[in-house]
Formats: sequence, structure tokens, C-alpha cells
Amino acid sequence: MQTVPYWGDVVTGWLTGLGLPEGWALFIAYVVGAGILITYAMLSALLLIWITRKVVSRIQDRIGPNRVGPYGLVQTVADALKLLSKEQISPAYADPAAYNLAPILSVAGTLMVLAVIPFAPGLIGVDLNVGALYIVALGSIGIMAALMAGWGSHNKYALLAGFRVVAQLLSYEIPMVLSILTVVFLTGTMRMQAIAEFQALRIFGFNLGLGWLGILMPASMLIFFISSLAEAELTPFDLLEAESELIAGFHIEYSGMKFAMFFLAQFVNSWILGAILATLFLGGWQGPLVDQIPILGLVYFMAKAYGIYLVQQWIRGTFPRVRIDQLMYFAWKVLVPGMVILLMYQAIVQKLPVALGIQYLLVFLGNIALIGVVGVVLKRYFEQEKIRTKRSFSPRTLVGTMQPAPEGAD
Amino acid sequence: MLTQYAFVLIMVGVALSVPILAILANYFLSPHKPDPVKTDVYESGMKTVGDAWVQFRAQYYLIGLVFVLFDVEALFLFPIAVAYDKLAFFATMETILFILMLLAGLIYAWRKDALEWQ
Repeated sequence: MQTVPYWGDVVTGWLTGLGLPEGWALFIAYVVGAGILITYAMLSALLLIWITRKVVSRIQDRIGPNRVGPYGLVQTVADALKLLSKEQISPAYADPAAYNLAPILSVAGTLMVLAVIPFAPGLIGVDLNVGALYIVALGSIGIMAALMAGWGSHNKYALLAGFRVVAQLLSYEIPMVLSILTVVFLTGTMRMQAIAEFQALRIFGFNLGLGWLGILMPASMLIFFISSLAEAELTPFDLLEAESELIAGFHIEYSGMKFAMFFLAQFVNSWILGAILATLFLGGWQGPLVDQIPILGLVYFMAKAYGIYLVQQWIRGTFPRVRIDQLMYFAWKVLVPGMVILLMYQAIVQKLPVALGIQYLLVFLGNIALIGVVGVVLKRYFEQEKIRTKRSFSPRTLVGTMQPAPEGAD
Repeated sequence: MLTQYAFVLIMVGVALSVPILAILANYFLSPHKPDPVKTDVYESGMKTVGDAWVQFRAQYYLIGLVFVLFDVEALFLFPIAVAYDKLAFFATMETILFILMLLAGLIYAWRKDALEWQ
């Protein structure tokens, strides 16, 4: 197997070959690298918004944007230019520091995660040895930005939405962190590149690239996916922008580019969460022949990340919204205890004095058992809910439980 | 090793400057005609009543507290997870005890109805 060198070393080596001192070469390489990553994120946001509009409109039996450019591809650019010329209306009673900082922090916290996403062998912003922890740490900045926007706007709806966001994101942060933890327990590393490399499947030295952790740990993957839907504020967990209750969410009072920043952060964040899911559970850039042709890794990674993004949009177009008590119930009474027990089980299994294959089998069986238990709990909940809604809506069961209707009422 | 964090630092700078530049460009390109109606609190046309910065429900505070408990414990588990293969059996027992304590905290919060959402 040939090892692909880290891009930073290649560029720095090339620049020092041109006669630059080493410190400057490193600095220039890093600035260019960071610039490329962030430019990529901005350009992909245009594409992501277009994909969402097209997919959701197809689900709703519409055509979607189709006038500006081929297939409406340039529509998002036109929207961005329009937003650029819009007046920035600041509410009179807003807290200026919190109000103005919130959109900036929201975008910055999202974009910084890109630094540890492995796109291909050797192609990662920086392979930090605390990569997974870095992702977890940056997750909190978005939560803080949402609360700052809600509080700073001096609007009751924004404040209410801000509280809902914080409650939701905090609750789903826990199962997400715990499912990342199960991966770290199994691979024994927090390096994102090493986690991707771990998922190679070598048969007689040939890398099939199909040793995906999602196959071994389906429960962890599903719980990560559900939490990532909640973290990206997507349906069925988009309570914070419940239009009928809260107007728009915590960004009611924002206009122009400040609003666009929240919008951008949300779309890029859902793509990044999909990319993290692809790296942790679907092998990242792993795939057949990736050892021979490293650039194929980029193709595999992008296919997986955009595929997960499409699934997210599919869910966005088809699922109803959950109630806030259901949201909290599901996070704290189903996902968190389930993940904690799974983690404990995995800690025991990994110390059993048996072969590695049997350990993996036991981990797999534990995951399947967790999925089964969660399924049974949800089924019982839905049955109860069905009885409850029947009681409150069906007229036959209402006989004797309610006062007779007043005269003349239908 | 430490030069890796130089990249993170540069990333912070670039990631912060992009939204700042976009908002500044918007600020210089767009008109500024504030009037009392426009800068008023937006409530779908209704006149707003009272202050928006009101007392919030203690429920959110409880959720925040339980979150801190879990997040800190998860943070402590990350280094254990990385070094797990090299740990002795005694350390395994300690890890499981640690997670059990976490579970006990959750059960306590559950029994005290901190997780009920009314």
C-alpha cells in the first residue's frame, strides 16, 4: 500500500523549493488551504440550497426553481445578490453586541468543523489527534449563537425560539457525543483520518474498503443520524422554526446578509454533519481500489456525503413535525439511556478474553438488541398516543365524558 | 505537532472574516432608511406588550444542568476510550463504575421529574 503524503507537507516542500523560508512557506500553505476549504463551503452552500429546493419541490409535486440558468442552478446566486442589496433593519431595543455577533459566530462555528473532515487520503485540513473532540467542542458554538440571536433580538418569539433551540440542541448533543464515543472506543483513536483508515477491509492484502463501522454498529449510526437531524434543525425536529407558532424562529428580526448567514450556516451544517456521519460510520473515503488510485477517495467521500444530504432532504420533505414533549422524551428517556447502556456493554465486550472477531460479533448483536428495544418502546408509545388522540377526537368515546353542547351549536 | 494548531488558528481567522466581510458588504451596498415602524419589534403587525426579556421557565435550566453533567462525563470518557486497549482490567472496572454513576445521575433526574415536559 502506498501512503499518500499530507497536502500541507507537499505544498510547504514545493514553496521552500522556490526559496521561501520554512515558516513563511507553512503560513502561506495554511492560509491557501483554509481559504480553499471555506470557498468550497460557500460554493457548496449554493448547490446545497438548490438541491434542497429541487428535492422538496419534487416531493410536493412542484417543479421548483427553473428560470435562472439551466435547471434553475443560478437561482441561489440571484437570491444571494438580492440579499446583498437589502437594508439591514436593526430592531430599536436590540442588544447590539449579541444581536450582531450571533450570525458571525453561527457561520464561523460551522465552517471551522471543516478543518478536520478527511476528504481523501492526505486531503484533510489538519489531522488533529483530538479531531473527534474538536467536532464536539465546536458544536456548542452554534447553540450559543442561537441563544444570542434569540436574546439579543428583543422579541418574544425570537426568545421563545431561542430557548427551544437550546433545549433541543443540548438534548441531542448527548446521544451524538455518546455515539461518537462508541466509535472512539472501537477504533482507539480520535484522529479522523485514522478512523477512516480503520474502516479498510483487507482480503489477502487487497483493500476492499468496505469495513464500514455502520455495518458493525448500526444502532450507533442510526442514533448519530437522528441526533444530526436534530442538530441541523431539520424536520422532524424543526420546532424552532414552527411557522405557525413562532413566525420564523430565532432569526425573525434579522434581514439582509445577517439573515443569509443563519441560512447558510444551517445548510452547510447539515452537509457537514452528513460528512461526519460518512467518515465515522460509512468509511469516509474508503472504497474499492482506493489504495491504488487515491483520488477515487474524494469521489467516494463526496458521493457518500451528498447521498446522506439527499436522505436528509427526503426526510425534510416527508416527515411531520414532532411535539416538544415528544422531542425531549425521545432524547432523554430513549436515546440517552440506550446509548449509555450500549457504551457500557461495549466497554465490557472489548475487554473479554476472546478473539477480535467474536468481540465484533458481540458488539453487532448488542447494537441490534438496542434497535429492537427502541423499536418496542416507540411502538408502545405510538399505541398509547393513538388511544389518547382517539379519546379526544372521536365523538363516540366522548359520550358521558363531556358536558352536552349548548343549544344551537353544531 | 504544534504547527497543526496554527492551521486551526488560521481557520478561525478565515471563518470569522468571511461572514464579517459579507455583512459589511451588505451594510455598504444597501440603503439606510430606518423609521420607528420599521425598527419596532416584529410581531406580525400586533402591538407588542411589555418587555421581551422576561423570566423564562425553570425547565430549560434543569435541562441545562443535566446536559452539563453528561457532557463533562462524556469529555472524561474520550481519553479513556483512546487508551482503552492499553488499560488493565482494574481500569475497565473503573470505567464501568464511572458510566454507572452517570446512569445513576440520569435515573435521579428522571425520578425527580426533571425530564418531564409540561
